[in-house]
Amino acid sequence: MSALDFIPELGHRVRESVPRLGAATRFLVLGLGRPFHRHFSIQQWLRQVYGFGVLSLALMVVAAFFTGMVLGFQGYYALVRFGATSALGTLVALSLLRELGPVLTALLFAGRAGSALTAEIATMKATEQLSAMEMMAVDPLAWVVAPRLWAAVFTVPILCVIFDLVGIFGGYLIAVPVLGVDSGTFWSQMQSNVSFRGDILNGLFKALCFGLVVAWIAAWQGYSAQPTAEGVGNATTRSVVAASLAVLGLDFILTALLFS
Amino acid sequence: MAASDLIEIEQLRFSRGSHRVLDGVDLRVRQGAVVAVLGASGGGKTTLLNLMAGTLRPDAGSIRVQGREPAKLRRSELFALRRSMGMLFQHSALFTDLSVFENVAFPLRRHFRLPETLLRKLVLMKLEAVGLRGAATLRPGELSGGMGRRVALARAVVMDPILIFYDEPFTGLDPISVGIIATLIRRLNDALGATSIVVSHDVGETFSIADYGFILAGGKIIAQGTPAELRASESPLAQQFLGGRPDGPVPFHYPSAQSFLEAMGLKRWEAGRS
Repeated sequence: MSALDFIPELGHRVRESVPRLGAATRFLVLGLGRPFHRHFSIQQWLRQVYGFGVLSLALMVVAAFFTGMVLGFQGYYALVRFGATSALGTLVALSLLRELGPVLTALLFAGRAGSALTAEIATMKATEQLSAMEMMAVDPLAWVVAPRLWAAVFTVPILCVIFDLVGIFGGYLIAVPVLGVDSGTFWSQMQSNVSFRGDILNGLFKALCFGLVVAWIAAWQGYSAQPTAEGVGNATTRSVVAASLAVLGLDFILTALLFS
Repeated sequence: MAASDLIEIEQLRFSRGSHRVLDGVDLRVRQGAVVAVLGASGGGKTTLLNLMAGTLRPDAGSIRVQGREPAKLRRSELFALRRSMGMLFQHSALFTDLSVFENVAFPLRRHFRLPETLLRKLVLMKLEAVGLRGAATLRPGELSGGMGRRVALARAVVMDPILIFYDEPFTGLDPISVGIIATLIRRLNDALGATSIVVSHDVGETFSIADYGFILAGGKIIAQGTPAELRASESPLAQQFLGGRPDGPVPFHYPSAQSFLEAMGLKRWEAGRS
């Protein structure tokens, strides 16, 4: 392919993507509006909160614990050169609250809950369950999609809080008992340098945005999947890849907007 | 439209990409009848069913169901129309996370606020009608193919629809299950005073319960009439289909735009040899 062939190819791809992006956006807007629909079910929403939240808890706790411990080690070895180990508590807390907590929670959520969400909806489509709902005059957007979108928006920030707390505890376990940092210094430095609004709330806002984006991508990939076994597999792969990249890209934008 | 026609289709055309699936279909369905739409696999029967149900929009022509055109209705109006319809899907389409009882109760729970005792009675009555009252607590994964189809049938009729669609109801079932489903289609249709459209390629079973039938081939209706009239049809296509002959107007060999030798780049080699 010559360099000139690339231009029409690019144009063709953009032209193909725009209607898809439009359809996906319409899907999100309709899905988010469905809690006011008579087929939206609180029980369905609670089931999804349980599936996304409670069942992801063990994974989040283990990942957060190890992340916090690694931060403790790495932070200590970086700070000890400057004689600033007293700032270790602040470093661990800010790293988790601002960046690692929301981003890792969202990436783990995309891998565990997002992939399951895509596979479930795509399988429902392949086995005609969504068509059956349509034929029974039950709106699949209200019954299937909306509870999952809102469950993710509700669950991911809570998982992020748990991730942050467990991560900080992991960092503490390495910093104080293992590396000998003073316990009072660790906590007091953290307390005086972490802002509730600037660090904690902004971090949680990031998590909320990530939860929405991951659930949107996962639900859309499932809903628009080819109704075949291969289609379900492809949609699941695309869901995890696209959601992970979207989280990282959105993290850059949100960081620039919130923390600059 | 005659007063007793529940469905009226005129000059219906529908394409998928460049492939014309339906090409000028005219069809009328009388109220209260069991009507068969027969045709080879991939002949557009299920597409026709989806067009009647309003899940697809025609490219041209008109479909009137109960005097209304599904393609021109708003979503809320279409949903209101569908509350008077039921559909049995080819692969049952049962909700795998719900029990048999909850599958059948699903449309009732979504559309009405019924007391639990009344809902229970209605659901068990429908399960009784398909002979599966004893299976109410089972999950879809614990059912055989025939049982799954019967549960789906109970769910399709739980709202007492006036129009019931059956998409390949006999496919993949053993002879006993086929007989049970066929009997149920006829019996439920008569008991509910409904109208049934049975899309199938199973000629024997479908003719045993149908009042009237259409044979769809090449995107057109090539024959219609009572089962006896269809069997006596002089259309070669209809005769090939009903007789199950492997060759005829529908060729045994799939037509190819490019010969195999050309596709393999061997045409020149073969010419050189001769």
